[in-house]
Amino acid sequence: MPIYEIVFYFFSLVMLGAALMVITVRNPVYAALSLVLAFFSASAIWLLLEVEFLAIILILVYVGAVMVLFLFVVMMLDINLEPLKEGFMRYLPAGVVVALLMATEFMLVLWTKGRFDTQAFPVPAPNPDGYSNTKAVGELLYTNYLLAFEVAGVVLLVAIIAAVALTLRQRSGSRRQNPAMQVRVRREERVRLVQMDSEPRQGS
Amino acid sequence: MLTLAHFLTLGALLFCLSVTGIFLNRKNVIILLMCIELMLLAVNMNFVAFSRFLGNMDGQVFVFFILTVAAAEAAIGLAILVVLFRNRQTINVAELDDLKG
Repeated sequence: MPIYEIVFYFFSLVMLGAALMVITVRNPVYAALSLVLAFFSASAIWLLLEVEFLAIILILVYVGAVMVLFLFVVMMLDINLEPLKEGFMRYLPAGVVVALLMATEFMLVLWTKGRFDTQAFPVPAPNPDGYSNTKAVGELLYTNYLLAFEVAGVVLLVAIIAAVALTLRQRSGSRRQNPAMQVRVRREERVRLVQMDSEPRQGS
Repeated sequence: MLTLAHFLTLGALLFCLSVTGIFLNRKNVIILLMCIELMLLAVNMNFVAFSRFLGNMDGQVFVFFILTVAAAEAAIGLAILVVLFRNRQTINVAELDDLKG
């Protein structure tokens, strides 16, 4: 069935091209947008592997939240890009050599006969109709991995508090309310009763 | 026929690209964070491929947790970046040498 191959190679090429863009473009905004494209293509490949829940999560969490956070930070900071790119050409040969070495080693391991080929891992049959990947992941997540799931929630809570605590600051000119003072206020500080004679009627 | 080796190769190439990115952009913290995200994506690709080809759902749960930790890491990393830029007016790694390490 060649449609699987076509989809796989198309999205793989898009993903690797987007990754190449991420590491080479000058402007961090373009890098962030290329990273979005890479995550999107990876999500399509995961759909091809019938891992639907994680594919949706990748788009929702990464493209929807993390990359938007990246874009916000990149656009808010007024970065001088010139000194950040120096050394790009100097380290290019070393980086390419290391990458080619690593890629060669990976390929030697992966494509040696009998390790990861069709005999060792037969291609699994497509999931039957009515099979729910989300349900399968959920059943595993809420039984075997319940403790890890709770710990993941705590990790996210710690991340929220840490991010807020790091970036919170008191600017000198800003006006803020003090809720404790507001609650503690007494009547004497707000209302003043005055004793006076009644005024004569006006315009009679 | 798409075998397991195809998907593992894709993950390996993505990992090599992100390692190269760390070499090339060692001055720019933002691109470094993005390269780390790409590395985690490559690892997740391997987890998902193995999970599918071994018929074992545990790999997908692992990917779920990796995504959680990566999101937390990105949030804290960017918060540190914002504080750094506020205090130093730069994110150039070469100028962050106060510790004289």
